[in-house]
Amino acid sequence: MKTEYDLIVIGGGPAGLAAATAAYDQGLRDILIVERDRFLGGILNQCIHTGFGLQEFREELTGPEYAQRFVDKTLEDGIPFLLDTMVLAVRPDRTIVAISPKLGRLELHAKAIVLSMGCRERTRAAIMVPGTRPAGVMTAGTAQRYMNVEGYLPGHNVVILGSGDVGLIMARRFTLEGARVNAVLEIMPYSTGLTRNIVQCLDDYGIPLLLNHTVTSVHGGKRVTGVSIAQVDDYRRPVPGTEREIACDTLITSVGLVPENELSKTAGVQLDPITGGAVVNQRLQTSVPGVFACGNVLQVHDLVDNVSEESQRAGRSAALYVQDKLPQTLRSIRVVPASGIRYVVPQCVDVTEQTETIKLFMRPSDVFKGASVELRTDSREEPLAKFRRSRLTPGEMVVLTVQGTVFAAVEADILVGVKVL
Amino acid sequence: MTEQRGGGQMLDVVIIGAGVVGCATARELSRYCLNVTVCERAAEVGQGGATKANTGIVHAGYDPMPGTLMARLNVRGNAMYDQLTADLGVHMERHGTLVVAFSPFERAHLEELLARGQANGVPGLRILDHRELMELEPNLSPEADSALFAATGGAIEPYELTLALAENAALNGVEFLFEHPVRSVKPISGGWRVEAGERLLETRFVVNAAGLFADDISRMAGAGGFHIRPRLGQYLLLEDRADYDVQRPLFQVPTPMGKGIVVSRTPDGNIIAGPTADDAQDKDDLATTADGLARVLTGARKSIPRLDTRQLVAEFTGARAVIAEQGDFLVEQGAAGFFNAAGIKSPGLTAAPAIAEELVLLLKGAGLDTTSNPAFIPTNTHVPLFRECSPEQQKRMIVEDPRYGRIVCRCETVTEGDIVRAIHRPTGARTVDGLKFRTRAGMGRCQGGFCGPRVLEILCRELGLDPLSVTKCGAGSEILAGRLRPEGENDA
Ligand SMILES: Cc1cc2nc3c(=O)[nH]c(=O)nc-3n(C[C@H](O)[C@H](O)[C@H](O)COP(=O)(O)OP(=O)(O)OC[C@H]3O[C@@H](n4cnc5c(N)ncnc54)[C@H](O)[C@@H]3O)c2cc1C
Ligand SMILES: Cc1cc2nc3c(=O)[nH]c(=O)nc-3n(C[C@H](O)[C@H](O)[C@H](O)COP(=O)(O)OP(=O)(O)OC[C@H]3O[C@@H](n4cnc5c(N)ncnc54)[C@H](O)[C@@H]3O)c2cc1C
Repeated sequence: MKTEYDLIVIGGGPAGLAAATAAYDQGLRDILIVERDRFLGGILNQCIHTGFGLQEFREELTGPEYAQRFVDKTLEDGIPFLLDTMVLAVRPDRTIVAISPKLGRLELHAKAIVLSMGCRERTRAAIMVPGTRPAGVMTAGTAQRYMNVEGYLPGHNVVILGSGDVGLIMARRFTLEGARVNAVLEIMPYSTGLTRNIVQCLDDYGIPLLLNHTVTSVHGGKRVTGVSIAQVDDYRRPVPGTEREIACDTLITSVGLVPENELSKTAGVQLDPITGGAVVNQRLQTSVPGVFACGNVLQVHDLVDNVSEESQRAGRSAALYVQDKLPQTLRSIRVVPASGIRYVVPQCVDVTEQTETIKLFMRPSDVFKGASVELRTDSREEPLAKFRRSRLTPGEMVVLTVQGTVFAAVEADILVGVKVL
Repeated sequence: MTEQRGGGQMLDVVIIGAGVVGCATARELSRYCLNVTVCERAAEVGQGGATKANTGIVHAGYDPMPGTLMARLNVRGNAMYDQLTADLGVHMERHGTLVVAFSPFERAHLEELLARGQANGVPGLRILDHRELMELEPNLSPEADSALFAATGGAIEPYELTLALAENAALNGVEFLFEHPVRSVKPISGGWRVEAGERLLETRFVVNAAGLFADDISRMAGAGGFHIRPRLGQYLLLEDRADYDVQRPLFQVPTPMGKGIVVSRTPDGNIIAGPTADDAQDKDDLATTADGLARVLTGARKSIPRLDTRQLVAEFTGARAVIAEQGDFLVEQGAAGFFNAAGIKSPGLTAAPAIAEELVLLLKGAGLDTTSNPAFIPTNTHVPLFRECSPEQQKRMIVEDPRYGRIVCRCETVTEGDIVRAIHRPTGARTVDGLKFRTRAGMGRCQGGFCGPRVLEILCRELGLDPLSVTKCGAGSEILAGRLRPEGENDA
């Protein structure tokens, strides 16, 4: 088997496929996609609900349908891919080590690599939910796989901890399959899920969303028999006297997604402690030259449409890198989150001879009504740019399109913060 | 071993409990020509009690009071570990242990432990000053004053050892019955009748290694005499990271506030912190509590300040079997032909091989025929897990069996080949937890979120199980509750 490639894309989910096909459109031909699953398409294969593609295709598609658009393009372009092949390590010199039942242990080398391994779910253990450790506790994504791919029902009487989107979707899914969903508990005063999912998945089915609530203990020896829940105070501590028990046989957790960056670490890529993903510039290039990152491995997106857009940029950049056509960097400006903003991606913008429009992705750290997001430098009173938003919430990513001239005009770090009007 | 096994025939020894003590005893007895059966209420080896949830430290032996059975069996057990782990292909990290003092005042206690250890015959004890200590453990709090270093201390994966003991015993002819809880133990002429699950076993001798429930079993046999209370110990398990990594178990000098929290590194590379020590009533309630976990964290950070909860992979509770009436291990003939190994709290893991020896001596004294088994094989054929192999070996493994080329658990790099093998070994895995403890599939960051469905599928295929009957840890802990498609349609 051939071992040298122009571009290797790790992960054949929406991000990897968008990157590979965009690199193809940019003129690159020597591309390989490596996917550990038995099919392309990534997590979307188990997301059988609709709501995908409104931005990208102006159509409402299911997850598998959305993924199929990119799979079809990959097939049309004739981009080769390996399935059932897991990448175990990426070295800083852009060698990858992979294994597969058919091909054995492989060492492949590429001029450029796109990291698009997606994310995993945070677990009950990671957030220290006390109690026993019976069967019947699982993440929403695992339940989704059991139901939508394998065809099994994980439980009949459910409590959902965490109001992330996957949890909201699964509240509806369990209900449609005849299971009882007692409540969705959210420790924060707001849901981290999309508003449309709260309406369509909870409200429409009369499932209560208990804000400022958490599970204080899991009960049951072999299988879950119930959970204790309580209201929490401003410091997220249970309020004495509010504890009560809900009988259930299943606890589903939807308490956050974490970028899957084990390979980025082996590659020596610098990670952002807040996003859990790589530190990148506007071309999605990481701290290791020729290594790019996009999709949920970079930052957890709430809409796959954004994943596709970001990944196409990564794919194009990787192609330009291989073709040695990336413009020369004059200087790098750091983009730093300030008050009200948890993180910003890209973490730095390279200023070049060309002035290009830059998209900044960020998450607010709290709910703000009637606010503006401002870009400023330390030295100047006046903001460099200002973006009004009627409502900001941690559950919905903010995307700002910033004129390139803003960056070309400064030398220092740019701070991105929220100003309440 | 003259008669055939089967209905009504007299066994030589029935062991109750397949924890580390029961399995070590089974393996010790398999050196002789005997019919031995182990009855365990849990679905798998080492999953029913303390053996599953402890700190995994091979204690040097400076802690127990001189003259106690515990002191003698601890030191003896520790000395047996090199040979035992070599024979069984079990991984042990013997880099010593440290008891850390955080003030000159606490240093006095180290002197006391040193003297106690010397009285117990523990070799290799030494007090380290601050500088020597920080060289050994750079992530230790700068508040650390000094420490007692015990060169013979180490760390082991308790379930790995226990599985290897059980496997070796099985290889040498011992029969294991899982999900066979013992309900009665009655004297009959020339021995005992043991009711285990649906089986009635007749045996000349009984060994009671039932951990927390050893008092109940003893009472069934009419021996009685003691009561066991659980003392709960909660733990945090974290992924390791350079800024809070430790090289060896770090104890703290006990204070009036408690025995202190241990931070240690498991041979599999996790950082473990715990245990608390809280007396409880219900032997079946192994819940963690917010308060308990908070105490573990505070205590652990006294030693290792940078411990980061964002790296948590699991929290769990273990229960020490504490005899209300006495502090020492109880290894005795409780009634004619009925033997107790009870109150085996810490350092019971370390002492287990010596407890097994002790029990065999007692059995011999009571007339057990110890003719050597000429076919006894002391070693297990160690087949390493895929992730433990060199690139060259890995290449070969995949060529020989392509299932080694398919990763099932991405967090811990466990292949389908590893899983299939763990199912088909002697006393092989039958449950999701059983596979987890054998291969680490599901023990990593995502806690089985990714590999759970695949593990379930493989268990079904290899054991001919219906998916709805696959359990986490035995009957009653089924993972799935129903089908969404007609049966058969899932297998496409
Ligand atoms: C359970 C769950 C449910 C979700 N539901 C929705 C939803 O309803 N709507 C929505 O818009 N978004 C949803 N998301 C977010 C979703 O992840 C993204 O929208 C989109 O799938 C991200 O695409 P991706 O390619 O970055 O990641 P993924 O779709 O996760 O693709 C990553 C791919 O990389 C492969 N891979 C990873 N590591 C390796 C390796 N080492 N070697 C080889 N291959 C590897 C994986 O097998 C996978 O195919 C969900 C996410 C999860 C986890
Ligand atoms: C928190 C904690 C920390 C510890 N740390 C250490 C340490 O670092 N180093 C060390 O050396 N030791 C340590 N120990 C001690 C060590 O774990 C125990 O001494 C050892 O595991 C005891 O093994 P066992 O076989 O006696 O008991 P168990 O492992 O409890 O086994 C008893 C078995 O009997 C079975 N059983 C019970 N009733 C019945 C029945 N009716 N029928 C059939 N089967 C039955 C149970 O299911 C169980 O599997 C620790 C213990 C605890 C709890």
